Amino acid sequence: MSDTSDQLKGYRGKAREVLERMGARVWAQVEIETDKGTYEGIILPRAEQADDLHVVIKLFTGYNIGLAVDRIKSIKEKGFNEAHYKIPEQDFPYDPRKPNVTLLGTGGTIASRLDYRTGAVIPAFTPGELYGAVPELADICNLKTKKLFGVFSENMGPHEYITTAKAIGKEIEAGVDGIVIGHGTDTMHHTAAALTFMVQDPGVPIIIVGSQRSSDRPSSDAAFNLRCASNAAARGPVAEVMVCMFGPTSDAYNLLHRGTRVRKMHSSYRSTFRTISDIPVATCTPTEVKPLRKDFNPRRKDRQVKVDARFDDRVAIVYYYPAMKPDIIESLIDNGYKGIVIAGTGLGHVNKPLYEPLRKACRMGISVMMTVQTLWGYVQMFVYDTGRDLMELGIVPCSNMLPEVAYIKLGWVLAHTHDREEVAKMMLTPINGEITEREPHDGYLIFQGGLPEVEEFLKRRLK
Amino acid sequence: MIDACRKKLTEGIDFDDAEFYGNLGFKCGLEIHQQLDTAKKLFCHCPVGYRNDEPDATILRHMRPTLSEMGTYDGTALMEFKTKKQVIYQLYRDNVCTYEMDDTPPFPINQEALDYAIEIALMLNCKLVDEVHITRKQYLDGSIPTGFQRTAIIGVDGWIPYRGRKIRIQQLALEEDACREVEDKRHTIVFRTDRLSTPLVEIVTKPDMLTPHEAAEVDGLLGRLLRASGRVRRGIGTVRQDVNVSINGSDRVEIKGVPRTPDIRTLTHYEALRHKALLELKDELRKRGITTEDFKAEDHEVTDLLKYTSNDRLRALVDKGEVIHAVNLKGWRELVRYETQPALTFADELAGRVRVIACLDEMPNIFVLDGKGEGLGVKEHLRKEVGADEDDALVLIWGPAEDALTGAQEIAIRAKEATVGVPQESRQHMPDSCRTDFERILPGPDRMYPDTDSPPVAIPKERVARIKAIMPPSPWEREERYKKLGIPEHLAADLAINPHAKLFDRLADDTSLNPTLLAEALVQWQKAIKRDKRKVGLNINPRYEESLESFFKTAADRGTPRRALYYAFEKLLYGEDAKPPSPLSANELRTLCKKVLADFKDVHYKTRELTLDFLVGEAIEQSEGRAEPDKTHFLLDSSL
Repeated sequence: MSDTSDQLKGYRGKAREVLERMGARVWAQVEIETDKGTYEGIILPRAEQADDLHVVIKLFTGYNIGLAVDRIKSIKEKGFNEAHYKIPEQDFPYDPRKPNVTLLGTGGTIASRLDYRTGAVIPAFTPGELYGAVPELADICNLKTKKLFGVFSENMGPHEYITTAKAIGKEIEAGVDGIVIGHGTDTMHHTAAALTFMVQDPGVPIIIVGSQRSSDRPSSDAAFNLRCASNAAARGPVAEVMVCMFGPTSDAYNLLHRGTRVRKMHSSYRSTFRTISDIPVATCTPTEVKPLRKDFNPRRKDRQVKVDARFDDRVAIVYYYPAMKPDIIESLIDNGYKGIVIAGTGLGHVNKPLYEPLRKACRMGISVMMTVQTLWGYVQMFVYDTGRDLMELGIVPCSNMLPEVAYIKLGWVLAHTHDREEVAKMMLTPINGEITEREPHDGYLIFQGGLPEVEEFLKRRLK
Repeated sequence: MIDACRKKLTEGIDFDDAEFYGNLGFKCGLEIHQQLDTAKKLFCHCPVGYRNDEPDATILRHMRPTLSEMGTYDGTALMEFKTKKQVIYQLYRDNVCTYEMDDTPPFPINQEALDYAIEIALMLNCKLVDEVHITRKQYLDGSIPTGFQRTAIIGVDGWIPYRGRKIRIQQLALEEDACREVEDKRHTIVFRTDRLSTPLVEIVTKPDMLTPHEAAEVDGLLGRLLRASGRVRRGIGTVRQDVNVSINGSDRVEIKGVPRTPDIRTLTHYEALRHKALLELKDELRKRGITTEDFKAEDHEVTDLLKYTSNDRLRALVDKGEVIHAVNLKGWRELVRYETQPALTFADELAGRVRVIACLDEMPNIFVLDGKGEGLGVKEHLRKEVGADEDDALVLIWGPAEDALTGAQEIAIRAKEATVGVPQESRQHMPDSCRTDFERILPGPDRMYPDTDSPPVAIPKERVARIKAIMPPSPWEREERYKKLGIPEHLAADLAINPHAKLFDRLADDTSLNPTLLAEALVQWQKAIKRDKRKVGLNINPRYEESLESFFKTAADRGTPRRALYYAFEKLLYGEDAKPPSPLSANELRTLCKKVLADFKDVHYKTRELTLDFLVGEAIEQSEGRAEPDKTHFLLDSSL
């Protein structure tokens, strides 16, 4: 139905029937006679979820309108004008004095265009076309692009993590100065965690970047993000897996977040990514990277990267809620899961009815980890009896590891061993910041809007 | 100063001279933007409202051009990208949310606004669309934080009657309003977001107005019609009009944001003359063999050449570290200063482009050496160095390196366009409301893109029927009915689009009031009283309209004479608790007449009739209008 050869792309049911009868096709320039009068325009493809009662035409003014098919008396084709939506592609200029960066494309709105099938935006630019759209990249580095896949970030998973990790390893061994990964933003922090575990001691920056406003919008953050990320990859001193996204919502500077401490915190804001329980590694612009801390892994020239790309996907996160019933845990046991991450309340708690199935899970060799749904702060299971009870059952408190990070890490660890003690040991030995020994006073900062002192601050700064 | 200039520019012009404008091929179309009177904004739930206090916060953004739906770049978008502007938005917590900041996708379209837009489209005899498609119209000037305006066609192909013919309405769109510009200096532009996303209808007419006078009249007509709908916001800034002008052989030029309807007359007149001048310039260039193909402009960076110039201003620029370019327009001698508007020349066309596109906004921003009154000490030396001969014109431009280069390129681009004639531009009016200056290149259909964030909205027949049922009769239907009531034609036309037309209909049906008197009171008196009161700085009671109905009912019951009604009406508008008085009783009238005769016994006009008229007038005035003219006349006549 929706292949490119379909001359009535997206139309179905009644609308399709009428258009077929009139011999009409999409992209045809037409004169449509209706019971209200005559309309001239180009027939556009229709989104598949839209109803089957209207035909969409583009008027000569560029506006689109929908006409009810039951009003149409005749359609006369006067021409044909198919849209070719393509960024002018240009060869990326090479300058031997500039660092070499490889951009790995996975999809997401940083590279997207209109999709007539759904009427939404789909990831479609080849990373090579990015230069046509963002020529400023050539001022920063020599860019090589490689499209790994074109998927929305919610469709990223173990297979994609592994493919990406291996691709990164190859690039580093080949001598690249930095890596940029184009990624949808929704699960960017999952991928960032996965790559931290799968590509250890990279020696060069691995920067994951995306956009909150798709690149088909003039106000898109894609270009700025890409420039910042390329700069961080090409010249930045921090050789870790990091997420590079807006600091404030203004086009001012980006933040480099450690891959294991970062989380998407707003469904649509540009400055959606925040470092949790710690401060970001650095601020970053298209021309500068300014570290905010000293304890980062610096660049190395040795190319001794450790790629350890594997994942056992029999892991689940259980977001605990009051009155949760034991069957939730039991169904995980019954379905052969090997690891469970609980996002518990407060310091890491669940209710009594879950004790029994959790004890059973532990006895059956399933690794059960405790994290906190407050996101900020540590699990502390000694403070209350509940916590002590849970530890006795065999549940491992995961310190201040974020629930999503614990999920990713558990999947990675379980691909190495199923021995519960060994799993616990690996989980609690941090690879790069997923557990920190201390939380600084400014690791938790959510300003409360409306307070005079906060409003005063906002007045003086770009938000 | 401006008034004097304006007076000089408008005196003695017949703006309705059909022959003169006919020969020019004058054509004018209107785009009227009228805010709708909804409680909330179009795509979010912020209250509509204006702010003039300190903003609560600010954000910084940039805009980049993107591809259109048809896979091409829009010319305006690319031009605006050249300007590399930093855009600052001022935010207010109470009436701006993350939607306006472009940090939250749109909420479903405001249904109240959609209803109003459908109603107005029906009033304009438009064909309604069956399914509304929300489209993004790109604006890279920063006036909208998303970089596009969400807009949707509601109706097409409408018309309104005018001078016995139809003025065609091309389309009516429902769209969100843009930001208000606070400041635009160099590479930074500041916008206030309070107005952003307020629902408005954009009404576009075909170029059916054939004289400047017609353009102004139709604008006024549409404005009153919109007000008559009762669905629109009133007050300063709630309605804005863009005016499109072309003549034979010229392309459409849009004059943006004409502040007052009467200004349409002067602005379109001089814009048409500007087109004529530019077409003449094109002919002159052609005579010299300069066509689009043969046009030649050479750009030279001449900073070093001017290091030791005797011209103080230029030397100061060099000392400041600015870069100077000389653009050699081959064969343009004496043509750069070709007059295009009163006291403005083609050089101002160049300066306008440079101001906007290179952000060199300190005037003067160019210097012309084209043979006419050259005063630079470096003239010959410079000419020789850049290889300019006698027939060439040099245009100097200066600024920071990048901007000076952009400016020099823009000068060549604009000069080349002179070989074609009139470039399609958006122009802003100058303070004299007669002349215009460049604002931006006129955007085309390539800047439209479907809004992938918003689903299409079907308009079922039932919805249209519901709106039709509560819609007021069209102004032209009303007008006919009023004429049949004996109301003079002009008054009938005005009343038909008056917001009080509904009230008139009720009173005309329910009371014995003379329809013409009632129409006069509702249409003309109100206007005159408000104008007079404004002159002396008095405020009109904002709630007077609530008591209008009972006021006129009382007048009907009491048989208030015209003059007394006027005085009472005046008081009502001030906010006094005014009741229309009864006429004087026979006794009162007799006493009054006696008094008047006694007071003015020494007054004698040339004829008895004139004296009598004077006395009647006095009696009416002394009674504050309560003396009925006929009876007073009779009494005085018999006693004089």
